[in-house]
Amino acid sequence: MNAPHVGSSVRRNEDERLLTGQALFVDDVHLDGMLHVAFLRSDYAHARIKSIDLSTARSRDDVIGVYAARDLGDYWRPGPLLVPPPPIERLEFHQATQVPLAKDKVRHVGEPIAMVVARSRYEAEDALALIQVDMEPLDAVVDLEAALSEESPRLHEQLESNLAAHVIQEKGDYSAVVDKAARVIKRRFHFDRGASAPMENRGVVADWNAKSGELTVWDTTQAPIPIRNGLARLLDLPEAQVRVIAPFIGGGFGPKIMMFYPEEVLIPWLAMKHGRPMKWIEDRQESFFATTQERGQIHDAEIALTEGGIILGVRDVFWHDTGAYDPYGLTVPINSQCTLLGPYQVPNYYSEFRVVFTSKPIVTPVRGAGRQHGVFVMERLLDIAARELDIDRVEIRRRNLLAPDDFPHDHEIIYQDSAPLVYDSGNYEAALDKAVEKMEYKKFLEEEQGRLRAEGRHVGIGIVSYIEGTGIGPYEGARVTVEPSGTVCVATGVGTQGQGHFTSFAQIVADQLGVTPDRVHVVTGDTSKFNWGTGTFASRGTVVAGSACHEAAVAVRAKVIAHAAKALRADPGDIELVDGWVRVRTRPESCISLGDLAVRANPLRGAVTPGTEPGLEATAYFGPERGTTASGVHAMLVEVDPDTAMLKILRFLVVHDCGKVINPMIVDGQIVGGVAHGIGNSFYEQLHFDKAGQLLNASFMDYLLPTATDVPTVEVDHVETPSPHNPLGTKGVGEAGAIPVGALFAQAIEDALGEGAPEILEMPLSPNRLFELLSEAGYYNSPSQQE
Amino acid sequence: MLLSDFLRHELDLTGTHVGCEHGVCGACTVLLDGEAVRSCLMFAVQADAAEVTTVEGLSSKSEALAASNGDADGGPRLHVLQEAFREKHGLQCGFCTPGFLMTLIPFLRDNPSPSETEIREAVSGNLCRCTGYQNIVRAVQLAAERMGSEPGPLS
Repeated sequence: MNAPHVGSSVRRNEDERLLTGQALFVDDVHLDGMLHVAFLRSDYAHARIKSIDLSTARSRDDVIGVYAARDLGDYWRPGPLLVPPPPIERLEFHQATQVPLAKDKVRHVGEPIAMVVARSRYEAEDALALIQVDMEPLDAVVDLEAALSEESPRLHEQLESNLAAHVIQEKGDYSAVVDKAARVIKRRFHFDRGASAPMENRGVVADWNAKSGELTVWDTTQAPIPIRNGLARLLDLPEAQVRVIAPFIGGGFGPKIMMFYPEEVLIPWLAMKHGRPMKWIEDRQESFFATTQERGQIHDAEIALTEGGIILGVRDVFWHDTGAYDPYGLTVPINSQCTLLGPYQVPNYYSEFRVVFTSKPIVTPVRGAGRQHGVFVMERLLDIAARELDIDRVEIRRRNLLAPDDFPHDHEIIYQDSAPLVYDSGNYEAALDKAVEKMEYKKFLEEEQGRLRAEGRHVGIGIVSYIEGTGIGPYEGARVTVEPSGTVCVATGVGTQGQGHFTSFAQIVADQLGVTPDRVHVVTGDTSKFNWGTGTFASRGTVVAGSACHEAAVAVRAKVIAHAAKALRADPGDIELVDGWVRVRTRPESCISLGDLAVRANPLRGAVTPGTEPGLEATAYFGPERGTTASGVHAMLVEVDPDTAMLKILRFLVVHDCGKVINPMIVDGQIVGGVAHGIGNSFYEQLHFDKAGQLLNASFMDYLLPTATDVPTVEVDHVETPSPHNPLGTKGVGEAGAIPVGALFAQAIEDALGEGAPEILEMPLSPNRLFELLSEAGYYNSPSQQE
Repeated sequence: MLLSDFLRHELDLTGTHVGCEHGVCGACTVLLDGEAVRSCLMFAVQADAAEVTTVEGLSSKSEALAASNGDADGGPRLHVLQEAFREKHGLQCGFCTPGFLMTLIPFLRDNPSPSETEIREAVSGNLCRCTGYQNIVRAVQLAAERMGSEPGPLS
């Protein structure tokens, strides 16, 4: 009997190539005769383009082509609306999508205006300096609320204002319960932007073969198939003649799912126009402007509770910054809206948001995708409620958690995937208990904290809960093939950016076919290998594509058994698949290798039985009815030095529930990496835009990613509550680590500072900002600090 | 021409990656006469007459450079440090990994049994967005342990 591979920490199949420098990333693609492209980008956040003079740049000998919007002819058109708004009553949405090259106006710093083609990137960049653009600067739109005032400059002339959307979702009747509440707590919360900052910037290489009429594009995308489909439409080519390859991708974190970036549209066009392979690789500074970002929101939120701390309802009105364009629809703010409800019973909910155009880079999902904001608001409201009602922080959460038998739980609003927000399963109190116990929460508060304070040390504890809607549809597919060598090949349409799909998909398939995962060869992200799919986003790769792999493997297993029963003259019920062999359980010497069986299933002569298919191969698609709800608890012990406002994380614990765990090593790696991202978003990383919409810290010298000395060792534990929505029982995990960290920092820092601490109502913080908050709150003059 | 561009685009040694082009992220780290340098901050001409080692030179079929754990099926034999990264899941997307490896080779040579704090400081000039670093630290600990018992020429 084979030990199941699903559930064990199998080492990764992809690592050898990555460790030896043999993995192909987009910038590693070198083609004969390849030309290089550089983009001239706007220095202004908001300006009218009066004229563009390309003649000097064109006159350089080493320049092969220079283009502005007018040179694109009919090819110039705004990008598609990627995610149409869900069917929510009274919803108002104004579409304004990005353009390939700015024509009349620029709407954020870094928006591309012109491009140069040259033999090298060095020469292309030199020529950019020779392009003359006459611009009339306009006032920038930076502040979210001011953007909606009558006086604000308008970014999109065709619209009446900078309002991109207005959405109200309601459950129950908040206004009816607020008067009956023993306590109503109301606060304003601010969230600001960060960069996704994958270590690999974006890039596109395109190669047009005029003789075969085939276009091949290497793209750092999380969604190769939709890119292929879109390019085929834009370039008027059959989909079958366009191949998009997302090879190894150096981290995605959301912005690489955005499409179409201007460069994705333009590089293939240039390759066809010049009949030469074309390459553009984003540099790090470009990525700070040209890659999408996230996280600007302002919330006016209130919570109504009983004296005992039971939630009667929540009211939240918020503003969401979508940047200069809104190609990704409402995914991010709807995630904020829905995730705010968390693991709690909230009988009445009023949530209203306005999406606002600003003259800043475009906003699309970044790891967490709006969920952070919802969690921050809810957890902060509960922390403040606990303090005002004199209830322990953990206890107030416990009193409001959904119970294991409350599932499926219908929140009566619509989620980002247009399906009703219904939680599939969960066991929230078990995770909370585990965290409380492991952190020795009570002991810390009752014994340790006072002792440390007496020593002059400010140490605090935080515990927060969250849920994450993951694994949404519409579908993914996979094809599983047993080859004559006995190797099992799996092809799926999702892209992979480090999540270990080459291994976890192999484990899923290996268990069905009785082979080891290293005998399973997985291909992702190449449209010539699998034709259908949507992409890697919303923590859905393993849930949706993994389930498709499972279903395809189950179908191949059935074929294996049918063929083997015939070949071995045995009852199908007696066939077993073990170690690459197919044998009869009662007489194991009667056996055939999986590879030999594959040869038999694809005979060169004779006949394939009518009604059957040749080979040991199957394709399956999996489309979940709706997403699945992962959950977790994060806890932290933090020491704050009030004099420097620096933090030291003494302990960090995550108790996570992503249902069935396929590969614990990979899952824990996803969680820990997410936490590091969350720590960055909470205390190090912030994109600072000035009033003119200029980004002030567009380099890794100025924009601080957390390093090995900033991120602590994270302990990870699990609760496994299977999802009923897929055959594996699994839930997504890719974004989980990053989601509740801001809420956790706020609670733990307040607890560490103790009496006189300011309420922390904003993210991200930084040492400087924390020092300001402490100063403003008079913390340094408070009696507890004067002792 | 930058050394990083020369290695990648002239010699087609694309294992060395470029993450920031301004010397912060460490992805482009290579060995210059045995010491870790950022190849994005040097011109290729500055490496004239020097010995440059990239990640491609770490794993090898050559016995001299290889650890004793090569694959039976003839795949590349991994250096002890590479093998430790694989075992401890010290990489996810793998883009920053060559830079970490090349930073750590001279570090472990000079400090064969480092503490966790020393390891974290040693890699604090290399950025990783995926792992949260802790499995990298564990990989270095494992490699140090193993290299103590079987040192190789590069270690």
